[in-house]
Amino acid sequence: MLRNYVFSLRNFRITMQDLGQSFALAMRLILDFDADLFEIITLSLHISLIATAIACVSGMMFGAFVAVKDFPGRSAVIVLMNSLMSLPPVVVGLIVYLSLSRAGPFGWLGLLYSPSAMIIAQVLLITPIIAALSRQLLEDLYQEYREQFDSFALSSMATVRAILWDGRYSLITVALAGFGRSVSEVGAIIIVGGNIEHFTRVMTTAIALETSKGNLDMALALGIILLLLSLLVNAMVSTLRLSATRLGYA
Amino acid sequence: MLRLVPSRRPRKVEVVETNELQNRNLPSSNDTTTADSSQHALTCRYLQYSINERILIDDVSLSLSRTDITVVLGFNGAGKSLLLRLLHGMIKPSRGEVLWNGRPCNLAIRRKQAMVFQKPVLLRRSVVDNVRFVLENYGIHDRSRATELLEHVGLAHLAQRPARKLSGGEQQRLALGRALANEPDVLFLDEATSSLDPASVRAIEDIVMDARRRGTKIILVTHDIGQARRLAGEVLFMSNGRLAELAPANAFFENPQSHEALAYLEGRLP
Repeated sequence: MLRNYVFSLRNFRITMQDLGQSFALAMRLILDFDADLFEIITLSLHISLIATAIACVSGMMFGAFVAVKDFPGRSAVIVLMNSLMSLPPVVVGLIVYLSLSRAGPFGWLGLLYSPSAMIIAQVLLITPIIAALSRQLLEDLYQEYREQFDSFALSSMATVRAILWDGRYSLITVALAGFGRSVSEVGAIIIVGGNIEHFTRVMTTAIALETSKGNLDMALALGIILLLLSLLVNAMVSTLRLSATRLGYA
Repeated sequence: MLRLVPSRRPRKVEVVETNELQNRNLPSSNDTTTADSSQHALTCRYLQYSINERILIDDVSLSLSRTDITVVLGFNGAGKSLLLRLLHGMIKPSRGEVLWNGRPCNLAIRRKQAMVFQKPVLLRRSVVDNVRFVLENYGIHDRSRATELLEHVGLAHLAQRPARKLSGGEQQRLALGRALANEPDVLFLDEATSSLDPASVRAIEDIVMDARRRGTKIILVTHDIGQARRLAGEVLFMSNGRLAELAPANAFFENPQSHEALAYLEGRLP
């Protein structure tokens, strides 16, 4: 019993030392403006931001439409939207892979193993998340405005535009959830991107690769950078939302 | 089996057979014998609204004057707010029809009406942007019109403030200013001053009276008898979803003809 405890303690100390070393390595890589690291970070951000932007436009519009419009089968659509939130990334990766492979329906586009394929996979993954969260949030907002909008005799399109604008600060949080899912995703993009160095290697696929090679220092350094990045984005969004709430706009 | 509609006032009593009432075909909207569009802004015929077979508005037929302020009175749950929403076309009646100047309520008519609610629903925008939103909805893109409206309701100095940070009275004035953006033919007020202090009530009433002078027909629901006495040209008293009484204000306050109205004015608890 005591031996196990001492063993665990020693392992813990080693792990903490590893973490400390990895953190130092991460800081050194950042401060030295390591070209490979910044290439990976830039590509990660590039892919995630484009995927999030596309998913936000389509997902938020669709979510707003479902929030304000009453149509047959609406409940089924909402159940489907909510279910698609937990879409397995590897399944999405596989579907995109089959669609973009030479024998697939979109093989002629030649997009497989390219950043575009990774963006497509991520858009498919995060659009349902953004649509479902937006629908819930905007429906609550619409319930608050409904009578007044009925009184104005607003068209559906004008209503959708109005609630999207008025829900903008809350929707930033939804966009953030989509971005978070996108930047941390590995299963789908490794299938469709192939993790090709200097071309489709992003932070998550690089971490997976470095871990499999036993290069834990580098994997942890990349992980720390990923966490710092996520923390920074969250802090910025939280500050924005807080000030909007204080001003009565959120 | 006989039924009296409304209950006690002789000059308003209409005696009809219940079976006949149920089976009676509604006249067409072109039937000018019942819709006197020259004198009445609004005519309602056999208006009924029910949810899950529960009748909430029951067989209301009335004509409201073009110019007088119509005050809707009644106990809680009498159907006042529901009647207002039916008249405004926000909800469709289960039976009967609402005619504005002899025509059925349609989108074009609704867009010349406005409603102010008990709790103002303001957009998460600045004061001036709240007004601009409504103006743009009506296709008015003249930016100076928003400033004019804010000056009219005494909020020009707060134009850039977030609307939801205004005081209760200011919020209601903004809601009223926004409602007047399109110079509506009809303005509905659903207990718009119920939670305001006397100074704010005064400010709202002044704006309402000014709108009336400019030709807007005012229909307001209130529980404030003093306000009803100050503003009403005619009073519509609702009881249990039915029209209990419709009379000129002086006649109503001096000599109410229905038991319910009498109890209400005497402050008796139902």
